[in-house]
Amino acid sequence: MEYEQLDEIIERAKAGLREVETEAETEAIRVKLLGKKGSLTEILRSMASLNPDERKEFGRRANAARAEIESLLAERFAEVREKRRRLKFESEILDVTEPGKGRPPGSRHPVTSTIDFISRIFMNMGFFVAEGPEIETVFNNFDALNAAPNHPSRDMTDTFYISADTLLRTQTSPVQVRTLMRQAPPIRVISPGRCFRRDAVDATHSPMFHQIEGLLVDEGITMADLKGTLDNFAKLAFGAEVKTKFRPHFFPFTEPSAEMDVSCFKCGGKGCRVCGGNGWIEILGCGMVHPNVLRVGNVDTERYTGFAFGMGVERIAMLRHEIDDIRLFYENDMRFIEQFR
Amino acid sequence: MLVPLEWLKQYTDAGVDADAFCEKMVMSGSNIESVTRYGGELEKVVVGRILSVEKHGNSDHLLVTRVDAGLGEPLQIITGAPNTFAGALVPVALPGGSLPGGVRIKKGKLRGMESEGMLCSAAELGFADKVVPLAHKDGIWILEGDYAPGEDFAEALRLREVTVDFEITPNRPDCLSIIGMAREAAAVFETPLFYPETLPHREGGKAREYIDVVVKNPELCPRYIARIAANVRIKQSPWWMQKRLMYAGMRPINNIVDISNYVMLEYGHPIHAFDIRNIEGGKIIVDTAEEGRRFTTLDGAERVLPADTLMINDGVKAVAVAGVMGGLNSEIRDDTAMILIEAANFNGDSVRLTSKKLGLRTEASSRYEKGVDPGLAEEAVERVCFLIEQLGAGEMIAGSVDVYPDREKRGPIPARVDRVNRVLGTGMKRRDMEDILKRLEMRVAGSGNVMEVLPPSVRQDLRAEEDVIEEIARIYGYDRLETTLPKGNSTAGMPAARGFTEFARDVLSGAGYSEIQTYSFARPESAEWLNVPEGAEARRFVRILNPLGDENSAMRTMLLPNMLETLGRNCARNIEAARAYEIGGVFFRDSGGELPRERRSMAVGAYGGSMDFYELKGVLEILFGAMGVRGVSYEAESGNAAFHPGRCARISRDGGVLGVMGELHPDVAEKYGICARCYVCELDFGAVIAGADTMSYYKPLPKYPAVFRDVALLVDERVTVKSIETVIKTAAGKNLESLSLFDVYRGEQVPDGMKSAAFNLVYRSPERTLTDEEAAEDCERVLDALRRELNAVLREV
Repeated sequence: MEYEQLDEIIERAKAGLREVETEAETEAIRVKLLGKKGSLTEILRSMASLNPDERKEFGRRANAARAEIESLLAERFAEVREKRRRLKFESEILDVTEPGKGRPPGSRHPVTSTIDFISRIFMNMGFFVAEGPEIETVFNNFDALNAAPNHPSRDMTDTFYISADTLLRTQTSPVQVRTLMRQAPPIRVISPGRCFRRDAVDATHSPMFHQIEGLLVDEGITMADLKGTLDNFAKLAFGAEVKTKFRPHFFPFTEPSAEMDVSCFKCGGKGCRVCGGNGWIEILGCGMVHPNVLRVGNVDTERYTGFAFGMGVERIAMLRHEIDDIRLFYENDMRFIEQFR
Repeated sequence: MLVPLEWLKQYTDAGVDADAFCEKMVMSGSNIESVTRYGGELEKVVVGRILSVEKHGNSDHLLVTRVDAGLGEPLQIITGAPNTFAGALVPVALPGGSLPGGVRIKKGKLRGMESEGMLCSAAELGFADKVVPLAHKDGIWILEGDYAPGEDFAEALRLREVTVDFEITPNRPDCLSIIGMAREAAAVFETPLFYPETLPHREGGKAREYIDVVVKNPELCPRYIARIAANVRIKQSPWWMQKRLMYAGMRPINNIVDISNYVMLEYGHPIHAFDIRNIEGGKIIVDTAEEGRRFTTLDGAERVLPADTLMINDGVKAVAVAGVMGGLNSEIRDDTAMILIEAANFNGDSVRLTSKKLGLRTEASSRYEKGVDPGLAEEAVERVCFLIEQLGAGEMIAGSVDVYPDREKRGPIPARVDRVNRVLGTGMKRRDMEDILKRLEMRVAGSGNVMEVLPPSVRQDLRAEEDVIEEIARIYGYDRLETTLPKGNSTAGMPAARGFTEFARDVLSGAGYSEIQTYSFARPESAEWLNVPEGAEARRFVRILNPLGDENSAMRTMLLPNMLETLGRNCARNIEAARAYEIGGVFFRDSGGELPRERRSMAVGAYGGSMDFYELKGVLEILFGAMGVRGVSYEAESGNAAFHPGRCARISRDGGVLGVMGELHPDVAEKYGICARCYVCELDFGAVIAGADTMSYYKPLPKYPAVFRDVALLVDERVTVKSIETVIKTAAGKNLESLSLFDVYRGEQVPDGMKSAAFNLVYRSPERTLTDEEAAEDCERVLDALRRELNAVLREV
């Protein structure tokens, strides 16, 4: 007779669990059936009146019933919990296409970011980044760099003067002079910075612009080292596949002098708008340091040789970012500046 | 330098096509600006003879011509050119033909009359206006000479040629000539160089009877050669000469002027011809003029001479501005019968300054400026004399006057074979080097390691061993040099200030501000606009002697004015919000020191959006935090007239001022056209860097729990957060671990003139767990002090 009671409890569990919707309701059923005062517990208490054999059999059956109910409970509990979480998740759906919080980043000016970009390449080749003043002596800017005493670039029409002896530097090469006067070889420096020439503003001219100059002086430095260093720079800056071409040129502070072209990194040399159709882009001027310049720093020109190079930062920034008007750099229209994030 | 290749080929023939020629010239140092192929675009353009010219019935300015174009039947062609006449030989573009610039010729009607082609001007055939002979500059090209109607025009005049425009570097004035470029080509292509024919002269002779030359300033005129030609017959020069002049960028004038120009282009030595009947007193006197004298040059312009202008005078008057332009009073005219030919050498700097002051630059002056070899005068004048006789333009009087007191003697340049190889990284033999130098017309003597190199006189640029090394390198070929990396060690890096600058830029950009770069210049009135007090550092402007405009006439002493101009410009362009910063140099006039003082400054400026004082302060806190600048304090500053008097803070650290920040004064904002409340700051970036300490040190993590207390205080509006914090810190005792403001509230439940400031206090002991009672005691002490000192009351929330 008690066996039927066990079956009935199982049936009650099944019926009750069909109705529950929450974890709390499920728990209430567990307490009602299996708790200290629950139905199954009650029945087990009544077992005391049975004889040992019956008790053993009844105990076995009762435990089976408890196990079944517990399994039913666990199953329903999991179902209810799953359903509750599903509803919670559904109520918490986000629109992932809404923008993120916080301020969008600002941008770096393309001139200074180009300087950093180039400086890093040369630092990886062992160059130290040196700086010098924007207001310079005539000696450091011209005389020490082997510029002829009456060279037209010294004219008041071409160079900004502060006094007869001081000017706004027209190139960053005076930093080479300062380095040579301060430091004995070996020397590897690059000097980025502002330069000034008395040019009226137009799409390709600016009275202020930036240059990066480099100087390497050591024992046994040859023009082959110049080619290797700058070819390496070109590949690191513009892509491993670019080729370089060195053409003879003239600068007062180097001899032999050259201009370096790189094969167009946009079209690969076929000819396009960036390279003006001829497949090559002029990037920098360079050459073996003129002995007269080394002598300014009392460098033994028989023991040491070196090379120097210089490039216009705006030009390279214009090429890299395909900017067609130099004035944009110094107008600082936020719609321009913020394109370089 | 425009070089018609056909002309150059007369002296050396590279034997390759124009593309290959250009490629090798560029790689040996003669860079090319452009290449022009003349005549190629002309199609169905023939020589025609005008048979008749009649007025067009329906037009006052059109003419109806009948033209024999070699087609059997004459063509009827309508033209507007007034210089047409019966019998003239002219270029005729036939229907179906084409002209430069893609112009196609079609039959058509002009004012009702059929036109079967077009009579062409030189400009229509591709010549620049400035080279077209004046005779037909404004009309149809009237041909001189013997051409048959129907002949292909470009063939008949041999127009199909290539002209190369070389970029000549300032060290190579010898290349401003056809022979100079031929010398380069001969060295590059290893071909022989042929010099043109000349008529050698002897110093003295009969020429002396006509002219005497006195040079008063030999330093400005190292050499002056004069020769005389008689029986001069002025006419047009032959077409071959005219064409070479035109292709080289010069306008043909007449035979004597053309010969002068031709030889200038050929040799690079300017030549001038005077009509001798206007040379008074049989004398040429080279002397400087007094300032302010007036002189009319060949172009008809009357010019006021600047001081120390070197002039060519006769016995009475000035006849030419030396090296720049001749005078109108002695120019070659159609009836000139006897001429004086001048081949003189003038000091380049003197000519350059004169030309600049007069605003008159000529082919001659630009050559003198760059330096002309005095040795060349002789060859050039001998060439002129040869051409005068060859073209039947006149007859030379024997002899010449040659004033050349300081004949330059150049010794050989010693150049060491091993040095060449050490600089170039090559292993060339002496004979390879000698071979290159000889191709450039240098003589090489000596033996062993030292080459004694004697360059030709025109190579005035070659003075030292390094010059010889460059010559060897560029002819050997830079592309043949090896590509190696330098050996040796070095330390890469950068000065700390530069590192901090880069870092600060990354921090500020990361925080939402965009970097700008403005000129290092300033307009001095900016000090007035920003109400900078008299005597302040920012008024110590470094002035530029020769500025480009007032707005750029000084060096900036602060970044703020340029920042404000930038923000104003953005406002004017309807940009609603901007957040910008700049880090850069500022400059101060200082007594003592070789150079003005220069230091690094930083400015931030912003308007629009959610921008306010505390956002600006927030970004500074981010920057100081990232750079490890600790102990920065902000004090209200009401005396800075550039700012809102109640919204400005002086920023300092360790007793030193770092800078100022705040809301821009509305008057200043208006001055710069800034449309919204604008927040700016400027910091002495060097001082910021001096306080930077990016090193952090470990403190052990706490062992005992903390007690947290939040207090909201009701205080008078004028009580600052800093003063509340000071009272709390003093009263709290050693267990106060940290204190932070988390809310400031005004409005409902807070009386007017008051604010509620809420702080979070954290108590912790390093030795034990604090009891609630201890914390409550500490808190009570703090509240007592606040009540007593600031009249602050705990606000119940």
